[in-house]
Amino acid sequence: MTEQGAVPDFGDSERPPGDEQGDDAQRQTDDDTDCSADAAEEGADGETKRTGATSVVESLEAAGVDTVFGVQGGAIMPVYDALYDSEDIRHVTMAHEQGAAHAADAYGMVTGDPGICMATSGPGATNLVTGIADADMDSEPMVALTGQVPTELVGNDAFQETDTVGVTTPITKSNYFASSPDTVGEDVSTAFALADHGRQGPTVVDLPKDVTQGETDAEPSEPAVPGTVSVQERAPTADVAAAAETIADADKPVILAGGGVVKGEATDEVRAFATEFDVPVVTTMPGIGAFPEDHDLALEMAGMHGTGYANMAVSLTDCLVAVGTRFDDRLTGGVDSFAPDAEVVHVDIDPAEISKNIEADHPLVGDAGTVVEQLADAMPAAPDTEDWVAQCQEWKVEYPLDYAVPSDQSDDGSTPSRPPEDEPVKPQYVVETVDAATDDDTIVTTGVGQHQMWACQYWTYTEPRTWVSSHGLGAMGYGVPSAIGARVAADDDQSVVCFDGDGSFMMTCQELVVAVREQMDITVFVLNNEAIGMVRQWQDAFFEGRRMASEYPWVPKFDKLAEAFGADGFRIEDYDDVPDTVEAALAVDGPAVVDVYIDPTEEVYPMVPSGGDNGQFALSRDHL
Amino acid sequence: MSGRQDQEGLPGPAPTDRQRPTGRRNAQGIRIDPEAEAEHPPRRTVISALVEHEPGVLARVSGLFSRRQFNIESLTVADTQNDDWARITVVVEEPDPGIDQIEKQLEKVVPVIHVRELADDAVTRELVVVKVDAERPHEVHAITEMYSGKTLDAGPRTITVELTGDEQKIDDAIDAYRQFGIREIARTGQTALARGETKTAVVPDHLK
Ligand SMILES: Cc1ncc(C[n+]2csc(CCOP(=O)(O)OP(=O)(O)O)c2C)c(N)n1
Repeated sequence: MTEQGAVPDFGDSERPPGDEQGDDAQRQTDDDTDCSADAAEEGADGETKRTGATSVVESLEAAGVDTVFGVQGGAIMPVYDALYDSEDIRHVTMAHEQGAAHAADAYGMVTGDPGICMATSGPGATNLVTGIADADMDSEPMVALTGQVPTELVGNDAFQETDTVGVTTPITKSNYFASSPDTVGEDVSTAFALADHGRQGPTVVDLPKDVTQGETDAEPSEPAVPGTVSVQERAPTADVAAAAETIADADKPVILAGGGVVKGEATDEVRAFATEFDVPVVTTMPGIGAFPEDHDLALEMAGMHGTGYANMAVSLTDCLVAVGTRFDDRLTGGVDSFAPDAEVVHVDIDPAEISKNIEADHPLVGDAGTVVEQLADAMPAAPDTEDWVAQCQEWKVEYPLDYAVPSDQSDDGSTPSRPPEDEPVKPQYVVETVDAATDDDTIVTTGVGQHQMWACQYWTYTEPRTWVSSHGLGAMGYGVPSAIGARVAADDDQSVVCFDGDGSFMMTCQELVVAVREQMDITVFVLNNEAIGMVRQWQDAFFEGRRMASEYPWVPKFDKLAEAFGADGFRIEDYDDVPDTVEAALAVDGPAVVDVYIDPTEEVYPMVPSGGDNGQFALSRDHL
Repeated sequence: MSGRQDQEGLPGPAPTDRQRPTGRRNAQGIRIDPEAEAEHPPRRTVISALVEHEPGVLARVSGLFSRRQFNIESLTVADTQNDDWARITVVVEEPDPGIDQIEKQLEKVVPVIHVRELADDAVTRELVVVKVDAERPHEVHAITEMYSGKTLDAGPRTITVELTGDEQKIDDAIDAYRQFGIREIARTGQTALARGETKTAVVPDHLK
C-alpha cells in the first residue's frame, strides 16, 4: 500500500553489512548481468514458458496483492522464482516463518484485505502454524502458500514432507492441495476469495513442487468463492422488528461491540446507533477501536481485565445488543453469571456463532453494518436510558482505572498521571505517555501478557484498525512481527508502536532484523519486569506464590540487543526519563527499541478470574 | 511487594458491596429460571449432509466432530446418484443446542452442499455382518430367517450372516445371536433418506 516498491533508504546511516544497494537495486543488477534464471525458463521456440508458479503469482496479482511475507526454501523455490519477475508484489523476507504469518495477519488486520505469507514445506509450513491458528481465532483474512514435496513423493515421508493440509485443516476456513499446474492458479484465487469472504479467516494452498514447476497455458482467474459458500447480508425484517422492539422497551440496554464490528467496517453504524438511542457501548478485546473510547457512552473493554464500569454494565444490563462477537470465555467469564438478566440480540455474519456459547433471544444473521442499520430504522422509539446512562457514568467515577498515585499527591487532588519520583516506573504511565505523544491514528501492536492488558486499559483507542493484538490465541511473540506487518500496511504518516513484554519479545525479537533491513519506522517498548509477569501474577494469586519458571535470573539488555541488530536502542530506568526518552524513540525514523525497567510488582486489575462472575471483578488480590 | 495495588488495589466498592443481577444461565448459556434448572437432555438423531465428492472431505467432517467434542454414534459416507456428490449420514447424541451447532458447523465446511436433521419418519437402514460359532447351525439359521437375514458363509466352525434393518432390529438380532457365541461383528452404521417427497438434501440450482 504505502511502502510498496520503495527502495530502502539507509540515508547516511550505517548500512547493514552485505547490503550495498538495497533489495530492489540488487535485483536490478542481477537482471542486467545474469539471465540464467530466465534462460532456464525459455523453451525451444524462445518463448518464456508459463508454469504453475507463474499462475500462482498472476493470481495474487489479479487479486490485488502488493506484499508477500515469507521465507525461502527448497519446495517453494519455483514460486519465489516466479515472484522475481513480479512488478506488483513486494516480498518482505522475514527471519522466521512464524514472523511471516503474524506479519501477514497484522497486514490483514490493518488493511482489511488478506495478508499473504509464504514458506517452504515441512518446517517452513509448521513454523507458520501458530500464525495461522492466530488468524483463525481472530478471523483475520490471510492466505498462506506452502511449498510441498513433488506429488510423486507425497506420502513417502520424503525430505521436508509434512501433511500441511492435514495439520492446518482445523485452523483454517479451508485449505487446498494443488493438484495440477493448470488449476493451481484457480486454487490460489479461490483461497484468496474465501479468506476475504463473509467472516474472514485464514486459508492455505499447499503447492507441490512439480505442480509449480509444471507448464501450463492457464490464465489467472479472478478470485471467486466456491459455489457451496454463501453469506446472508440482511437479517429478516420481522426478526429485526422484534429485536428493535426489545431494545426500545429496555431500561438498561448495552451494545457489546466485538471484532466483527471492526472487521465488518460497521463502526459508523454502531456509533450512529449508540448516539441516536443513547445506548452505552462496551467492547470485547478484538472490538477495541469499534467505538471511540473518549466518547461519553464508551465503557471500554469488558471481560477478564475489562474496566469495572464495563463489567458492571454487562452484568446488570437487561438487553445486550451483541454485534460481531463469539462470546469468548475471556469475555463472558462463567456463562451462568454472564448478563443473566439480559435479553440477547445477537448480530453475526456467522450463523454458527448464534447461541453457541450464549443463547440469543433475537438471532440476527447478517453483515454487522447492514443489520445495525436495519435495527436503527426499525426502532419504534428510543429506549428511555437516562437513568441507566447516569448509572454507567457513576460507575466510571466509582471504578476508575488508576495506578500508583502517591498518597501525598492524591490527597491534594493533583492528577494521577503525575508520578512519584522515587518509585519504579509504572507501566501504565509509559502507555499513557506514548499515547499522549502520538496521533490518534497510531497503530498499537502487542505481545501477550500483562503489558498487553495495560496497553488495552491505559491507551485511549478512538479509531478502528489501530489495535492489533493476539486475542483468541494469545500468542506471545506476536508483537514485533505484527508491528512489521502493520507498518507495511499503514499509511506513511501513521505511527506504529509495539508494547511488548520481555518474555514475549524474546520469542520473536529476531524479526527486528527485518525492520532494520527494510528501514521500517516502528517503535518497540519492552515493558521489562524480568519475568513472564502474567504467569507470576497468577502464581501469586492462585498458586500460593510458588513462582515456578516465571522469573528470569537474567534478561538481555534490550537496548544493546537492538543496537546489535542495527536498530536504535534506548533505556528507561526512572520516571524522569519517561517523557523525553519516549519522544526521542518516537522521533527515530526507523526501528527503535526502548527497554523500560518497570515496577516488577505491578499487577493487572481489575480481574475476573477464569470462569468467574463479571460483576464480581476483583480490584486487588484480596478480592480474588 | 512495594506496588500500591498489592496493598490497596484499585479504588471502588468491593465485590460484596455491589448491586447484583437476579437471573442466571445454565451451562449452555440459556437464561433459566433459577428455581427450575432446565438443562436440555441429549437426544439421538440422524443428520444428513450432501457434500462435494473430493479428497479430504471426510477428514474435514470427522475432524470437526472430534475437535468440537460432538458425540457421534456412527458416520457413513458413500457416492450418490451424481458422481460429484457424496452423502454423509451421522447419528449423533447431543442436547438440542449441540444438534443445532453440529448442523451449523457442518454447513461451514466448504465442500458441504446441504445439511439437515432428518425427521423421525426418515427411512433408515443399517447393515451388519455377524460371525458366530457353528456348533448349532440349525438354530443359527432359524434366527437368521426370523430377522430376514442371509447366510454369507457357513463352515464347520463358523457361520457368517448378514442382516439389514433399522438400529433397533439390528440390536435385537445381535442379542439373539449371543447364545451361540459371537466371534466378530462389523456394522456399517446407519444410512438414511428422508421419507417420500421430502428431499434429503436441497441442492442450489447453480450446483446442479
Ligand atoms: C506462545 C505462548 N507461550 C506461553 C504463553 C503463556 N503466557 C501467557 S502470558 C505469559 C507471560 C508473558 O510474559 P511477558 O511477555 O514478559 O509479559 P508480561 O506478562 O511480563 O507483561 C505467558 C508465559 C502464551 N500466552 N503464549
